Amino acid sequence: MSSPHASPRTGALSVRRLLPPGLLFALPFLTLFAVFMLWPLGQGLWMSLTDQSLSAHDPSYVGLDNFTEALKDAEMWRALGHTVWFTVLSTVPLVAVALGMALLVHTGLPGQWVWRLAFFAPYLLPVGVVSLLWIWLYQPDLGLYNHLLDLLGLDQVAWLSDESVAMWAIVLTTLWWTVGFNFLLYLAALQSIPDHLYEAAAIDGAGAWRRLWSVTLPQLSRITMVITVLQILASLKVFDQVYLLTKGGPNNSTRPVIEYVYDIGFTGYRLGYASAISYIFFALVILASAAQYTALRRREK
Amino acid sequence: MTSTELPVRPAPQVTGGIRDLTARRRAPRGRTHLSLGEGRTSRLLALAALTVMAVVWLLPMAWALLTAFKTEQDASDPDHWFWPPDGLTFDGFSTVWKRGDLPLWMLNSFLISAAVTVITVLVSAMAGYAFSRTHFAGRRRLFALTVAAVLVPPQLLIVPWFQQMLSLHLLDTYAAVILPQTVAPVMVFILKKHFDSLPKELEEAARIDGAGHWRVFWSVLLPLSRPMLAAVAIFVFIGAWNNFLWPFVSTSDPALMTLPVGITSVKDAYGIQYAQSMASAVLAALPLVVVFMFFQRHIVKSVATTGLGGQ
Repeated sequence: MSSPHASPRTGALSVRRLLPPGLLFALPFLTLFAVFMLWPLGQGLWMSLTDQSLSAHDPSYVGLDNFTEALKDAEMWRALGHTVWFTVLSTVPLVAVALGMALLVHTGLPGQWVWRLAFFAPYLLPVGVVSLLWIWLYQPDLGLYNHLLDLLGLDQVAWLSDESVAMWAIVLTTLWWTVGFNFLLYLAALQSIPDHLYEAAAIDGAGAWRRLWSVTLPQLSRITMVITVLQILASLKVFDQVYLLTKGGPNNSTRPVIEYVYDIGFTGYRLGYASAISYIFFALVILASAAQYTALRRREK
Repeated sequence: MTSTELPVRPAPQVTGGIRDLTARRRAPRGRTHLSLGEGRTSRLLALAALTVMAVVWLLPMAWALLTAFKTEQDASDPDHWFWPPDGLTFDGFSTVWKRGDLPLWMLNSFLISAAVTVITVLVSAMAGYAFSRTHFAGRRRLFALTVAAVLVPPQLLIVPWFQQMLSLHLLDTYAAVILPQTVAPVMVFILKKHFDSLPKELEEAARIDGAGHWRVFWSVLLPLSRPMLAAVAIFVFIGAWNNFLWPFVSTSDPALMTLPVGITSVKDAYGIQYAQSMASAVLAALPLVVVFMFFQRHIVKSVATTGLGGQ
């Protein structure tokens, strides 16, 4: 090119080639993504191979020592066990109760607004509020639930300080707090079942129970799978309400694995070891996702 | 059941809410599909079951409200556990409010959640547009990476985020609380799918008129996507408002704490005073519950569309 504008133009052209408009649009996200997700993922993996600590000394490479230590750490296994146990205990009622609520509300009884508010409003409460509220409800002597047990002539329950009850109490709180989310997902799914299926069933003489059994529930089977998958993944990440209700107690009997990571890293200052346990937890999440993915695939065939 | 019995009941009042999710079949319904038989008894049974459940679900909040209006003395009196002998009072509320930290935490929560929402929605929408409507080398691979990242639980990143903020000297700043929360691969995925579903004709017209990518994105696609953007924004806002673990780890200065973090620090600092504790819980719960009452339809829709994470 011979025109005097040539060099700036080719300059602009190569910038355009290096940064095509599409990439420019993706760039803000990709930057945040790289800085606050990919980098920390790598950083965490690196830290898990060192003895990095919150105290001053420089970290040194220790190979897989943290991982071998973790695999022999009884407290780690116990915490992992609590996470899995919580997931099992919470997923079943969180799906079943949500389905029950949605089926009942969808019958079209008056007061839709009230039902939705009652079941979904707790989901909007910050976990700090939920825990303050339930610590008060579970209080011995003064708490509502023990008063109600008194009225029924039953013995009081040490909801949060009895090792055999505490996990159930946490599950109960979680059910109350988050079931509204699954309830709304079910309600939306119910409303998208096509009318003609019911009309056909009715023409075939199917009664109400029969329609529920052979139209509604089969139509909900896919959404039930999806809700269950999302619930399992959410339950595996449990930390907030356990930490605030029992601090993992009594005697660490409810401490989930995320809290163990927190305790090791921020109370025990061993960031390297905490990272290793984080990655063991991540392996569990990936495993659960992979299992569910295969299950979903198999169903769809 | 004979066919003559079919459309017996008048259409139930479908009040707001999810109705607009199902635009495909907005025709008024002749009857309800799941009614437990046409009889009056089964209807009453269903109503009874619902009422019991609603009472069980509302009871904790009612109890908190009642406690918040008691004097501290009555709240811890097991003999008069239901109605307080001293009557109801606003003392708990005024004590908590005057202490001053609660309004501050509310403001922090609002500023942080608003910032997270604005950044996340803008950045994710732009990325969604890039992945849906433009071509550049590595586009597919970057999108696949984004989708894979949906699996990464934020809890996994707490330790490295902390280390990162420590070395950048950002701990105890708004930036430290906000920035890590703005990375939302799932929202990029949802918005990309959403843009994929919009017809290309409209933007082609704009293209012919000489509009560049930014004009097409900003003046054609975004206005068309308002309901979806609102759904995503509401979802992100609720998530940020209620987020606990990262704000808890990244702030130790009470002046920077968010509501969920601050309110639990009081319990430890002041010992347990039930009336005050419930008064602060009620005040802290109020903003989002009030917003829900006004925008119920939008929030319900937001959860139903974004809650599945594009599954």
